[in-house]
Amino acid sequence: MSRHGPVVLDAGQRHPVRLALNGRTVSGEAEPRMLLHDFLRHVLGATGTHVGCEHGICGACTVQIDGVPARACLTFAVQADGAEIRTVEGLAPAADRLSVLQEAFRTHHGLQCGFCTPGILMTLDALLRERPNCDEAEVRDALSGHLCRCTGYAPIVKAALAAAEALRETDHA
Amino acid sequence: MALDLHARNGDEAGWVGQSIPRVEDAALLAGRGRFIDDLGTPPGTLHAAILRSPHAHASIERIDTAAARAMPGVAAVLTGAELQGLTSSLVVGVKAPVECWPMAIDRVRYVGEPVAVAVAADRYLAEDALDAIEVRYAPLPAVVAPLDALADGAPLLHEGFPGNLASDRSFSYGDPDAAFASAPHRIGVAVEYPRSACTPIETYGVVAEYDPALDAYDVLANFQGPFSIHAVMARALRVPGNRLRLRTPPDSGGSFGVKQGVFPYVVVIAVAARLAGCPVKWIEDRMEHLAGAVSATNRSTRLQAAVAEDGRILALDWDQIEDCGAHLRAPEPATLYRMHGNMTGAYAIRNVRIRNRVVVTNKLPTGLNRGFGGPQIYFPLERLISRIAATLGLDPLDVVRRNLVPADAFPYRTATGALLDSGDYAAALEAALRDGGHAGLLARRAQARAEGRLYGIGYAAVVEPSVSNMGYITTVLTAAERRRAGPKNGAQATATIALDPGGTVSVHVASVPQGQGHRTVLGQVVADVFGLRPADIRVITEMDTAKDAWSIASGNYSSRFAPAVAGAAWIAATRLRERLARVAAVQLNARPDELVFAAGKVFSPGNPGNAVAFSRLAATGHWAPATLPEDVEQPLRETAFWTPPQLGAPNDADEVNSSLCHGFIFDFCGAEVDRDTGAIRLDRYVTMHDCGRILHPGMVAGQVTGGFAHALGAALLEEQSYGPDGSLLTGTLADYLIPTAMEVPEPVILHYETPSPFTPLGAKGVGEGNTMSTPVCIANAVADALGLVDIQLPLLPSRLSEALHGAEPSSPRREARPPPAAPGERALFGSGHAEVDAAPEQLWAMLLDPDRLARVVPGAHNVQRMDETRFKAEVTLGIGPVRGRYRAEIALSDLDAPRSVTLSGSVDGVLGFGRGRGRLRLEPVGPTRTALTYDYEAAVGGKVASIGGRLLDGAARVIIGQFFASLAAQASGRRPSLWRRLLRLFRRRA
Repeated sequence: MSRHGPVVLDAGQRHPVRLALNGRTVSGEAEPRMLLHDFLRHVLGATGTHVGCEHGICGACTVQIDGVPARACLTFAVQADGAEIRTVEGLAPAADRLSVLQEAFRTHHGLQCGFCTPGILMTLDALLRERPNCDEAEVRDALSGHLCRCTGYAPIVKAALAAAEALRETDHA
Repeated sequence: MALDLHARNGDEAGWVGQSIPRVEDAALLAGRGRFIDDLGTPPGTLHAAILRSPHAHASIERIDTAAARAMPGVAAVLTGAELQGLTSSLVVGVKAPVECWPMAIDRVRYVGEPVAVAVAADRYLAEDALDAIEVRYAPLPAVVAPLDALADGAPLLHEGFPGNLASDRSFSYGDPDAAFASAPHRIGVAVEYPRSACTPIETYGVVAEYDPALDAYDVLANFQGPFSIHAVMARALRVPGNRLRLRTPPDSGGSFGVKQGVFPYVVVIAVAARLAGCPVKWIEDRMEHLAGAVSATNRSTRLQAAVAEDGRILALDWDQIEDCGAHLRAPEPATLYRMHGNMTGAYAIRNVRIRNRVVVTNKLPTGLNRGFGGPQIYFPLERLISRIAATLGLDPLDVVRRNLVPADAFPYRTATGALLDSGDYAAALEAALRDGGHAGLLARRAQARAEGRLYGIGYAAVVEPSVSNMGYITTVLTAAERRRAGPKNGAQATATIALDPGGTVSVHVASVPQGQGHRTVLGQVVADVFGLRPADIRVITEMDTAKDAWSIASGNYSSRFAPAVAGAAWIAATRLRERLARVAAVQLNARPDELVFAAGKVFSPGNPGNAVAFSRLAATGHWAPATLPEDVEQPLRETAFWTPPQLGAPNDADEVNSSLCHGFIFDFCGAEVDRDTGAIRLDRYVTMHDCGRILHPGMVAGQVTGGFAHALGAALLEEQSYGPDGSLLTGTLADYLIPTAMEVPEPVILHYETPSPFTPLGAKGVGEGNTMSTPVCIANAVADALGLVDIQLPLLPSRLSEALHGAEPSSPRREARPPPAAPGERALFGSGHAEVDAAPEQLWAMLLDPDRLARVVPGAHNVQRMDETRFKAEVTLGIGPVRGRYRAEIALSDLDAPRSVTLSGSVDGVLGFGRGRGRLRLEPVGPTRTALTYDYEAAVGGKVASIGGRLLDGAARVIIGQFFASLAAQASGRRPSLWRRLLRLFRRRA
């Protein structure tokens, strides 16, 4: 079921998929079996979302679908028809500026190779919005759906908590 | 972070040593990284998918690719036979009549070995084509454990390795016989060190093109070096080195050694591109990575020590059996020899005996992984220290102290030939105990034990080697063989600095980073030399073997960046500065050696007003070369090659300085074991590092915490696990467990700096040490907590259960019948009954009608009747996360129409194989109603077997339920509603 009611999909056919990507309406065609990450990366050219396992464990491909973090590798492109998709490319306020969360990652060395980072940012972005007062345990719990092989997580946790604090201060100001 | 924007002269305190923000980060954080799969490909690029062996060991009797080649969008299918026609075998690191092909030729030797490659318009179509390739295998017995591989009558992998033994060398240093004969104690450990893999989150990727006019390959791959492997690839592709252009993408998503192992796939995809006549791209998927990338070696070690009363070690006797998997791929057996100079660790032990054997088994071939040989030796060595203390009733710290290399002995030549460059191990150890809160930890242990809790403290002291000697691997050869082969040694590092007409500075290095921030650190190093800001320096780290300066040692491995590559950049920059100073001296009327480069200017300190802007000076060579002093070389571009003189070839006594630098690590930790569950909680972990001069403290901390997390995974969770038949049991990330943020605590990191006298900047490597020290430190703590003598990794609760709860009594079997499975296969059996609205005769007719059977067997398509009682079908089944196509053969026997029949069959597919039989009985319970009863037994192997028995049992019940539901629906001529089908299913399962 799509949000527009039942749609019959033909396995051999490409179907139009239209969605809002980081606030901009975009469209393309996808076979029913095409995964959302392939659609984002190879049809729409939004290569910021990375693919690490294609079986829902590593979290690298996490995007926000209608505001909720989801695995793009466990979502078909056609399921995202009509949805609002937010990806790492949509986090920075401008091309030459970083968001508070991104800046905290840079300050606290929350990334090394940067491959898992986009997915982690999308999860933490949603966490900080939903739980502005989150503590370390909540941050670690949210991160438990992501695998990072470079950092040992400690700098990521620090970056997330620092970003939460900075965002709270901005809200109070 | 507030930055000091006033640049300083490189000779004074400067940018180096500061944790400045990384220049790499802004793009990576904004989704603008340029990893291999993010880059555009040439027009017409096709996509490859690889068919892999489901068997650990089997002959390939036939490969039929006709159907795959005929599929829409498919351009080519490559098999081993075609690959063999266009390439030569990869070189093998030992002298033996053995070949090493990157794809299976006639025979598969591990689960995941490439068997065929399909090239198609997109990846989806290429994977479709794999389903249509028919391979007939004849399974052979497999061998998995290294000791089993050496047993009489073990299945042989390669005829050229008699008894599966690829190498057997014995070494003796000092007089171990006398030491063992006279020592009061002989204490030993036996260790089966498990396999693990560093699993970078980005997998392998290759884009290859072939130019038939030049007979040249152009390859883009996220390869990490060492570039000695370039020669291996070119030779395999049968082209001279200058006809294999190898490039790397700007970003690489982690490696930890693993991306060295992409090289066989470079050969495979390059040949696929040649066959297809167009560029071909392949991005490895995660399941391919876990089955077919590369793993660290597992090793079986017996280590004995001759020990004095006070705990001093008089001699060591190593017996190591290294398991390199199914093929000895370059640079193996390097894992076994990387530590050869360091077999005495941090200790002054003068007598050493070593026997090194290398075996092949039906497992994934091994290669570089973080720590590379270190974890395999430090686990036995530091367990031994702990056992010596326990046996002699000594404090383990005193055993460590009495054996450490003394501070006044540096540089210290170890018994096996390493030259330990610098350090004060005893002082670093005492500083760690003091600053790391050791006394408090002892109190916590006493308190915990007083409360009846299981708490232990572990220690580990290790020497972390870095900057590998390219000649160490030749220690596997005898001195005579080495003389014939010619000397191999050194560790060429290279850097190029260029000044452009605007007077700005660019740096290129052949370092191939995968997240280590090389661009940032090189900016710091070069900015200091020129008196500029790091932001003024542009650093390029992607590689192109056709245009860049490089050598065999180029690449990112053996923690060589800070000690070697950054040093080469410093040398190149310093040479350019010396030239620029002579140019400036003429312009400023000053002596070159008194000029200062600072704040973007060049001036003499006595007269700062008389200055020239760096950019103007740096541009002189472009705009006004005639004004250069006659004896000054062009100050435009400088390439430095640097190799340390200390890295000579192994000598005739088999002594080898296997690495240039030797950091020191001393770790201790407190761990508590849950008495009920066996779960291990790390209470406190302290790690003291002497990695020489620290260039960027933030990145050093990142390397330590990252290495610690890898080590924690290896200690507690990770094992690349194979069943006794060679089935891979850890084929997904749900089975191969990587620690998450919930499992990794933050270690306390301490430093003790003794700069290396052998490197330009005094730095040593730091990225691998914790993978060497941490697994055994945790194991020592757990052994202390539980009073264990023997302890093996990973420390799974199931492994500790016997120590906590005693041996488990064997459980009575629910079914008397023995499962039909062979070792390593999963046995499934069950029974059930159902009632169907049809007469027995109707059902009977259906069972013998291929068209109707096709509609009943779940996932079946293309059912063909081979004779009266035999059918062939293609079946698509999803079991847990593993969905795949299988070829099924079904035979009916014991026919007693219309009352009972035996169905037996087999399925075979990429994801696994199975066989089974079931008896079906039909009994009328009314004029148009039949009771069906059935029982079945089955065995499955291959990847599907790795998903776990509970899931398989459940899936089998669901599939069999579906079969009877469809049978009933077909027989009664109507299709039940989804709701009714679900209800029936649950009723049957209940």
